Amino acid sequence: MTTAAERAQGATIFTEIEALLPLVSKPIQYVGGELNAVVKPWDSVDVRWVLMYPDAYEVGAPNQGVQILYEVINELPNALAERTYSIWPDLEGHMRAAGVPQFTVDAHRAVGDFDLFGVSFSTELGYTNMLTAIDLAGIPVLAVERTIDHPIVIAGGHAAFNPEPIADFIDAAVIGDGEEAVLRITALVQQWKDEARPGGREGLLLALATSGVAYVPSFYDVTYLPDGRIQRVAPNRPDVPWRVAKHTLMDLDSWPYPKNPLVPLAETVHERMSVEIFRGCTRGCRFCQAGMITRPVRERSMSTIAEMIDNGLCKTGYNEVGLLSLSSADHSEIAEMSKALADRYAESQTSLSLPSTRVDAFNVDLANELSRNGRRSGLTFAPEGGSERMRQVINKQVTEEDLIRTVSTAYAAGWRQVKLYFMCGLPTETDDDVLQIAQLAREVIRAGREVTGSRDIRCTISIGGFIPKPHTPFQWAAQLDHEATDARLQKLKEAIRNDRQFGKAIGMRYHDGKPGIIEGLLSRGDRRVGRVILEAWRQGARFDGWSEHFSFTRWMSAAELALADQPVDVAWYTTRERQQNEVLPWDHLDSGLDSEWLWDDWQAAIAETGVGDCRWTPCSDCGVCDQMGTDIQVGPTGVTELPMPILRTSVVG
Amino acid sequence: MARQAPVRDVAPTVQRLRLRYAKRGRLRFSSHRDFQRAFERALRRAGVPIAFSAGFSPHPKVSYTNAAPTGTASEAEYIEIGVTVACDTERVRAALDEALPPGLDVLDVVVASTSDFAARLEASIWQVEFPGLSLHVVQQALDAFLAESEVLVERLMKQGKRTFDARAAVVWARVEEVDAAAGVAECAILTVVVRHSTPAVRPDDVLAALRLVADLVPPTPPRVTRLAQGPLAPDGQGVGDPLALDRG
Repeated sequence: MTTAAERAQGATIFTEIEALLPLVSKPIQYVGGELNAVVKPWDSVDVRWVLMYPDAYEVGAPNQGVQILYEVINELPNALAERTYSIWPDLEGHMRAAGVPQFTVDAHRAVGDFDLFGVSFSTELGYTNMLTAIDLAGIPVLAVERTIDHPIVIAGGHAAFNPEPIADFIDAAVIGDGEEAVLRITALVQQWKDEARPGGREGLLLALATSGVAYVPSFYDVTYLPDGRIQRVAPNRPDVPWRVAKHTLMDLDSWPYPKNPLVPLAETVHERMSVEIFRGCTRGCRFCQAGMITRPVRERSMSTIAEMIDNGLCKTGYNEVGLLSLSSADHSEIAEMSKALADRYAESQTSLSLPSTRVDAFNVDLANELSRNGRRSGLTFAPEGGSERMRQVINKQVTEEDLIRTVSTAYAAGWRQVKLYFMCGLPTETDDDVLQIAQLAREVIRAGREVTGSRDIRCTISIGGFIPKPHTPFQWAAQLDHEATDARLQKLKEAIRNDRQFGKAIGMRYHDGKPGIIEGLLSRGDRRVGRVILEAWRQGARFDGWSEHFSFTRWMSAAELALADQPVDVAWYTTRERQQNEVLPWDHLDSGLDSEWLWDDWQAAIAETGVGDCRWTPCSDCGVCDQMGTDIQVGPTGVTELPMPILRTSVVG
Repeated sequence: MARQAPVRDVAPTVQRLRLRYAKRGRLRFSSHRDFQRAFERALRRAGVPIAFSAGFSPHPKVSYTNAAPTGTASEAEYIEIGVTVACDTERVRAALDEALPPGLDVLDVVVASTSDFAARLEASIWQVEFPGLSLHVVQQALDAFLAESEVLVERLMKQGKRTFDARAAVVWARVEEVDAAAGVAECAILTVVVRHSTPAVRPDDVLAALRLVADLVPPTPPRVTRLAQGPLAPDGQGVGDPLALDRG
């Protein structure tokens, strides 16, 4: 076995890994070899990135964010990017025993050899997996202990909009769209290397911070009030900005990535090609962090989308295409697009899916169009709140009448099963609001039986616990404790079970409230929560998004230990309501949303009044476009003809 | 509301093609299911006019036989496909090979002109490399194994743990040694001809049997490759080309 010191920088360690693979489950996930993967010679470039999605390969490999950045970087002549994913505990054990470090799946190089280590967080539950990867890579877990020989660890993704809980472990965070940010960072690293690394590691971090491209936590000091609240967050270097702004990619038509989608051999959670049809959402659902931090709406045109699908199908061989966005039925050209694409792919056994949960008949029409030849099994809608009042609070402008009309249309069109998404634990919610979910489901079944004349229809209600997120109007709200969440869901379950007439046609899916409390702690935590993460990880926390690996007891005991000398605890971070004047841990990270607007929207929520979508009603002054110099980019473009498909060669003899 | 499959015009199968492919290098860690998905994607990428079944969820007409287990390499895996337009076999081979990732290599395509193909796959030749073990050690184990008339091994199957004989299916075996070039550790190479039976005796069953009879425990996991499949040679020391009859 070679040691790190003997191994050349960037050398492949596949032989060492290969010896361990027969000993572990699903070894294919560690070997790479995906269609369209890129391996560049180590010495052919100056700037080397390793990108990670901190979950198992089957979850991480399809991630669009990583695939896009992988391709954007690899297109540069002076840079390369490889990928790494979380190692399951079985292989982790063998790697530690054999001294094999965290590796990339592309060329099987040691992660510690790269210049930049970018980690993309869709969820805070990936934090412990990042620590495992850093540690397995032989990089000190604490950023302060790293030297010029270690990669710069950069967090990105939605969770990076509050990177404070992981401030001790990362060197920098990029907030917002990553495409242009990785190009700017690559250029800064190139320049720093060209100039013989002025200022060492800190010099590079200073260049990143002062350019505004990234947030560098170590250049900010946080002071606290005696009661535990934050007093102030201030830069500790000149030229470092007080607030770091998010990146916004404009004109998605000129960024048609991924152009070469990766096709894993191992089975993954999404066995299809994905095309992002627009970015951002201004529906204004108050619980939705994605809808708040990705403003404004920027559509891709129907022509570009059609070209991306044609090219992607050619290069991948997938037979399913997902038209992705936060609310796909809202695309200004969706009706024309769905019809044209359904026409084009009807004969080729290629299916199109539109993951839209919009509650209206138009959405059902779209689903009908896309399932012209196929099976109509299930349709999903997301009323999110069980009562009319609750839906006003969360700004989900859907009436019970809308929902019944929509599901009736769906059942009448031959859909057998309707799935409804709801949340539990929303601000101002009572038992009665949640019990109305059962009432709604009953009405859905009643309407379905009426229009179909059949009892062979079903409704499944799927309930998630509400977790208040940074940069949303609910960032000040108290999270419902897990005991109350579980009690409420129990009452709902009983209400459904006791319903003789409709109960058997209604299914209910939910999770207990405990993981939500830990996610809540990590979502709205400050730097002191970093000690909790470290302690939980040291006690063995891994794969916290997987119920079979998650341990609430371990997290709570870690929190008790790590926060023992602090005036704060888990409840303080989760179930406590914040006041307007409190400094929030993420206030110095600028999502563009005006904090007055957010507060007013929070007050409007409590007063049960709605706010419109700026695509169809006047601007509500959320502040994003003014602050970021952006604007809504929507069609329709007027072009409804699909571009000509790519010509394929024939094997017919 | 009737739940009938939509009526479709299903293009008929006009030609059946038999393919041999290899699973090499790091792609030996792909499972049979991994290969199936990759192959069906490759059919679409390569533009092969594959025939589909009728019904609610049409599936491409592909039959797989005797897949090598996950973790073992193979030079001789066989598939049969149905197409709706007569194809040029070499163009199909080249296009599918190009459409599959490197390491999954299409080696041979012939037009199926005979039946009972699966029955012609009577036996496999397996090669097992033992890095770190000498010829002598492996030869001793093999001799002990061959001296037995029956060696019962256990394997976890879908139905639970099963015990079966791993000896009778082994019709021929030989041990050689890699030429000890400078810097290369010693490595014995076992070649076995195993008759296909039910339950199938796989290379790991033979390895389990060697451990049982001679306590053979390799220091590192052996590397296993299927070299060939086909009709058992008259002398029992090899197998013939199962596509020979189709080549005419």
